[in-house]
Amino acid sequence: MFKPTMKISVALAVSVALLSGCSDSKEEAKSSIVAGIDTNPFPSTYQAIESKPVVITNVTILDGIGGKIEDGEILLEDGKIADFGSSVSSPSGAIEIDGQGKWLTPGIIDNHSHLGVYPSPSTRSHSDGNEMTGPVTAEVWAEHSIWPQDPGFQRALAGGVTSMQILPGSANLFGGRSVVVKNMPNRTIQDMKFPGAPYGIKMACGENPKRVYGQRGGPMTRMANVAGYRAAWIEAQDYKEKWDKYAADLEAGGSPDQPSRDLNLETLAGVLSGDINVHMHCYRADEMAVMMDVMKEFNYQIGTFHHAVEAYKIGDKLAENNVCSAMWADWWGFKMEAYDGIKENVAMVHQAKACAIVHSDSDLGIQRLNQEAAKAWADGKRAGIDISQAEAWQWLSANPAKSLGIFDKTGSIEEGKNADVVLWSTDPFSTYAQAEKVFIDGAIVYDRTQPNTWSVSDFELGQVAEGDAK
Amino acid sequence: MSLLKKMSLAASIALSLGLSAAAYAEKIAIVGGQVHTVSSAGVLEEATVLINNGRIQQVVEGDSVPSGYREIDARGKVVTPGFIGAYTSLGLEEVSGSAGTVDARTEEHPISTLGAAFDVQFAINNDSSLIPITRIEGFTSAGTALSSTGQLFQGQGAVISLAGKFDSILKAKAYMQLDVSNGGADDNGGSRAAMWVAIHTAFEEAKFAQSYTMNPSADWHGLTTMADAKALIPVLNGQVPLFVKADRAADISQMLKLKLRFADLRLVLVHGVEAWRMASELAAANVPVILNPEYNLPGSFDQLGATLENAARLHKAGVKVVVGMDTHNIRLATQHAGNAVANGLPHSAGIASLTINAAEIFGLEEQIGSLEPGKDADVVIWSGDPLEVAQTAEQVFIQGKEIDMSSRQTKLRDRYLKRNKALPVGYTRP
Repeated sequence: MFKPTMKISVALAVSVALLSGCSDSKEEAKSSIVAGIDTNPFPSTYQAIESKPVVITNVTILDGIGGKIEDGEILLEDGKIADFGSSVSSPSGAIEIDGQGKWLTPGIIDNHSHLGVYPSPSTRSHSDGNEMTGPVTAEVWAEHSIWPQDPGFQRALAGGVTSMQILPGSANLFGGRSVVVKNMPNRTIQDMKFPGAPYGIKMACGENPKRVYGQRGGPMTRMANVAGYRAAWIEAQDYKEKWDKYAADLEAGGSPDQPSRDLNLETLAGVLSGDINVHMHCYRADEMAVMMDVMKEFNYQIGTFHHAVEAYKIGDKLAENNVCSAMWADWWGFKMEAYDGIKENVAMVHQAKACAIVHSDSDLGIQRLNQEAAKAWADGKRAGIDISQAEAWQWLSANPAKSLGIFDKTGSIEEGKNADVVLWSTDPFSTYAQAEKVFIDGAIVYDRTQPNTWSVSDFELGQVAEGDAK
Repeated sequence: MSLLKKMSLAASIALSLGLSAAAYAEKIAIVGGQVHTVSSAGVLEEATVLINNGRIQQVVEGDSVPSGYREIDARGKVVTPGFIGAYTSLGLEEVSGSAGTVDARTEEHPISTLGAAFDVQFAINNDSSLIPITRIEGFTSAGTALSSTGQLFQGQGAVISLAGKFDSILKAKAYMQLDVSNGGADDNGGSRAAMWVAIHTAFEEAKFAQSYTMNPSADWHGLTTMADAKALIPVLNGQVPLFVKADRAADISQMLKLKLRFADLRLVLVHGVEAWRMASELAAANVPVILNPEYNLPGSFDQLGATLENAARLHKAGVKVVVGMDTHNIRLATQHAGNAVANGLPHSAGIASLTINAAEIFGLEEQIGSLEPGKDADVVIWSGDPLEVAQTAEQVFIQGKEIDMSSRQTKLRDRYLKRNKALPVGYTRP
């Protein structure tokens, strides 16, 4: 396993403390000043919906970390999973739901979405996902592009998605910062931001940067892609050193001159410090292996390879380097670097004891990630890879939560975690399963049986088919 | 001598005697499965499919087999006709973006001003890796056509068998394609106000060309080239169906009005995100719809009515629904149809949407699309309900022959599952 050994900077120590705490937004705002810089200038204003306690009985529970309980019960209270098992006590005034024949799972977490940055309708004026003006744009933040009125959020909710990461596109070597959101679209993006979630950075291997910049000054080749990452990391190391020294001098009681800020390098330095997670679009096995060497050269950690179509070829290396792979069940062939896609990819990565994630990268795919996991699970099984459904659910909740740095808060059914859960009409590994009730922080935010309660985006109000079955 | 050698010897004798390979094909019984005949016989809980000479001989209830048939056990399994990938570019592209052979898109050429003359029957690559990858998932034939021309029409599509043979064409010039959605308007004057006049003019010219001697010395000053006009004549006469891509209800309404000007047109609506809003009109005009039932987002201002219930509502109104729009992953049409069923389409209509309904659109309902005597023995044995994502095709037959259930993808899988770690990977040959 590869662990960064670099001495953690003052800035990191403070920001990690605030990012991993369950602080409310006021506290975050207060403690986000580090070395004179506000590290959280766009704080979350997310508010959980108030809810009564909920008890669901007679239900098949997949806890999302390998456990399955038949005829189980669960109590959601004060926004948290208060208790679950073969029986729970029901507080007075609790909403009681008979889960006969139904299944309960942790809410699905999609760690690869472009909702809001490439929203519906996909007009040119809505195309806010790729800053294709230069190959290194770590200074841009996806949250400044997201349109919270994208109807895709409500559709994803009906598919049981409770949280997601929204990323910039993959045109650039460094595409900018991603953001983790609760799937509770509201007036502003700050209203959706997952409190305490760390930032991510989007990076990209392979064809896309080559294609976009090949005739515009480069990179034109994969070798220039790699030269581009390395040059950026060298600059980021210098920048970080300057700021670390400044912070140390400040702490020692001195009055050093503040170095000048550079938003691009600030994000890259955040990666080197370990407080920004790396999400790297990378299809080919050989390129992933090169990137894991670049990671060691510059002493940072790649959290997750996204669209890792060839991860099955190097499952051992991914496990050894502690890098997750976010994958589709069966997409392939739409470009050369996707030509070797196979349906057993997810299961083979899991079998190699590497972290496997099923992601969407699609406003349609995000609506039925349970089916994507079901296909991957069934294909693995037929290839002799025996994984239980209970284990396979990790691909949808626990592993993406780990990839996003929010597993201490959500992503599994464990006491004390956020009550982000889905009640399915039947076995969610079936095409015919529907997310019947979706809970975020204990509140019912989607109830398939109550169409008049569904959330409708501003965009769809007053348009054809407003509030129709979607 | 192995059975295989014996068979190939016998086959070569048969061929040398002037018999066709199909005439030699053996007699096979697929025994005891739950058989979806997709005919008036419906679903038979336990039945046996008899295959002779590459064709369906009979479907009989129960699991007893007359003598002389090689038996294949399908007890506990599901048996269906081979599925038809209705709307694809199979055989026309290997890698869609930035690489590889792509015959699915054309550029301007003087032979055609409107794109009607282009004909994909000459462009099919039977060695495309997509063909085995698709057929091992239960798809035995497909409609294939250009995905774009940048012109008014997107050329003439063909129906191909996925047996992978060089003579794979089941029907050439099987349909003409026209896009009247935003994309079509963008490519044709930037507005529907220009595009529709062009469409009317193109068909008027084809009407005129019917009684005109078309040769290079003839005086022809049409908007269309002669080749385009010739290609449009059978469309005008209803011999070749016109696939019209439209989403907006108003565009669908315009499409239906085309029949008022050109009464013999045989229309098929493609994509049809808002088709459910015109369901009764489509039913009355007997216009089937090819769609992806999963499109439920307002991807454009023409798709504001998008809903997962599109297929179910159309079916309920009496419209024939066909599911299957993709190329590399046309194999996922089973999942798409399953999601239509999850949202109200009857299961039997879900199966029909992948079989007989597509066959009827192509005018091939006497040859493919159901398990009825005399039809091509395109048959699939499934592990369970084909519309369930966790089930799979276990054995596929095309024209009575068991196909090899491997593909480039299964070989990649097997190489990396069984990799000899002591050697470079290229030496593991699954």
